[in-house]
Amino acid sequence: MGKDVAYLDCDVEEPNGSIFLKPEITEQIDVTVPVPRVDLDKCTFCGECSAACEYHAIAVLGKTVEVFASLCHGCGGCSDICPEDAIEEIPRTIGRISRGVGMGVEFLEGRLNVGEALSPPVTKALKKLAVTSDVAIIDAPPGTSCPVIEAISGTDFVILITEPTPFGLNDLKLAVGMVREIGLPFGVVINRSDIGDNRTDEYCHRERIDILKKIPFNRRLAEAYSRGEMMFGVDSEYERSLRELYENIVGRINHD
Amino acid sequence: MTELVIVSGKGGTGKTSLVGSLAALSRDKVLVDCDVDAADLHLILRNKIQKTSEFTGGKQAFIVEADCTNCGLCPEYCRFDAIKHEELTTGPDKERYWIDKHACDGCGVCVRHCPEQAIVFKEVISGEWYLSDTPYGPLVHARLGFAQANSGKLVSLLRQQARLLADKRGLDLIIVDGPPGIGCPVIASITGAGYILIVTEPSMSAMHDMERLLQLTKHFRIPTGICINKSDINPTLTSQIEEFAKNEKVKILGRIPYDPSVTAAQLEGTTIVEYDVNGASESVKLLWSNLTEELKE
Repeated sequence: MGKDVAYLDCDVEEPNGSIFLKPEITEQIDVTVPVPRVDLDKCTFCGECSAACEYHAIAVLGKTVEVFASLCHGCGGCSDICPEDAIEEIPRTIGRISRGVGMGVEFLEGRLNVGEALSPPVTKALKKLAVTSDVAIIDAPPGTSCPVIEAISGTDFVILITEPTPFGLNDLKLAVGMVREIGLPFGVVINRSDIGDNRTDEYCHRERIDILKKIPFNRRLAEAYSRGEMMFGVDSEYERSLRELYENIVGRINHD
Repeated sequence: MTELVIVSGKGGTGKTSLVGSLAALSRDKVLVDCDVDAADLHLILRNKIQKTSEFTGGKQAFIVEADCTNCGLCPEYCRFDAIKHEELTTGPDKERYWIDKHACDGCGVCVRHCPEQAIVFKEVISGEWYLSDTPYGPLVHARLGFAQANSGKLVSLLRQQARLLADKRGLDLIIVDGPPGIGCPVIASITGAGYILIVTEPSMSAMHDMERLLQLTKHFRIPTGICINKSDINPTLTSQIEEFAKNEKVKILGRIPYDPSVTAAQLEGTTIVEYDVNGASESVKLLWSNLTEELKE
């Protein structure tokens, strides 16, 4: 989409953007969350830390303190409340950010380590990195809860991509509810627009939601996608359609 | 009692359609939809909700403006950047602090530090869960509120309710439709499960996601099998998945061809095996018979 565009892969549980952009990675940064370490020489086993922890990540059992690091959200509440100053916080790596350039696009990717539960801190760390480009395009994870909210918060425009099937429509309704709750401008793109029925159109019309684009099913595009190839160059109509979509959104953002 | 969890890593691989068919093919089980962010399974199971319950997932902090002196202490303690400050141009106050409920993680640290006790900490309702009847057996499912956290907790609750129900009704199988990804709700869906079926498709993205998911199920040491959906759309990648599975010593339990009747069945609000007898339907039946053998072990 021209120069000065950054791509941020915020689908940190399953990041796939690198398959298509094939970036050359120039920098990698570990993402950590602070977790408690208890000094048993100072600890009196009073249990205040455990009582204060909303995530059940620290437990005092007799004369031992158990820390469940994977449950810890890194709020600092335990070390903060400890009357003996017996808790220090140490960084624990939960994921990694990679940055580089792929196909002329500034590339940033967050990747949660397998076995880790908390993806929002990885997304948050990724979004805090300075992006040098004018436009940042964020690839968000599926769903409507914390990982998605972290990815879309603070953005200028959200594209909801759906397909015209009962599952697609149900998930779209949930996504619309989420974006409206957060209060961000948005529009809908109907992918594989010819595989289902018109209930998605009707819904958007009823709810006064803009349908930004309809993209019909195209086997050649699906094949290129399956091989991990960029869909540009496969189909000029598709390329023109996406350029139009991009200009449309940039226009809307600049207008507001 | 055996818990079978179907997951995909990547969305859109056809997992929920497949779970619907397994629901139609299997007997004496409880069904659970743990994809609580985007619960779709009920759409093809003709469910009737029997019981609705509130889900309180956790607490949130709220500033009582009347008691707040705008001392500015609380934002210093918030690690989630949830406490916002704004200058006011109208009204008697020059400024105010407020908590962004979408950013609040519910840790309670600000509550303890407020010198005026102006921050209240309360349980919030973050969704609903349902017990439904379907022609295929009971279904436990939920709806997480818009932009709510705690989907992992909700998943754990659903699985617990399903186990109670299976016990009560003497059913020895639980079939779980799992969420996408590998994070919190997925971990909550698979820990302690008896068997995991990964649904993938022959695309680079889906394969990448399958590999990460398989690492996760190995991490938790849960027996796992693979089903390749739309297996004929890219034969080269399908053989790559088969090669990968062989090296990882994981069985391929099914290969389902691309079949437009899968979408057609969904549009009719029914399952593939009831909609059609040929094509994908046949392969799904074969998958189920392979899966039954695996579950016996």
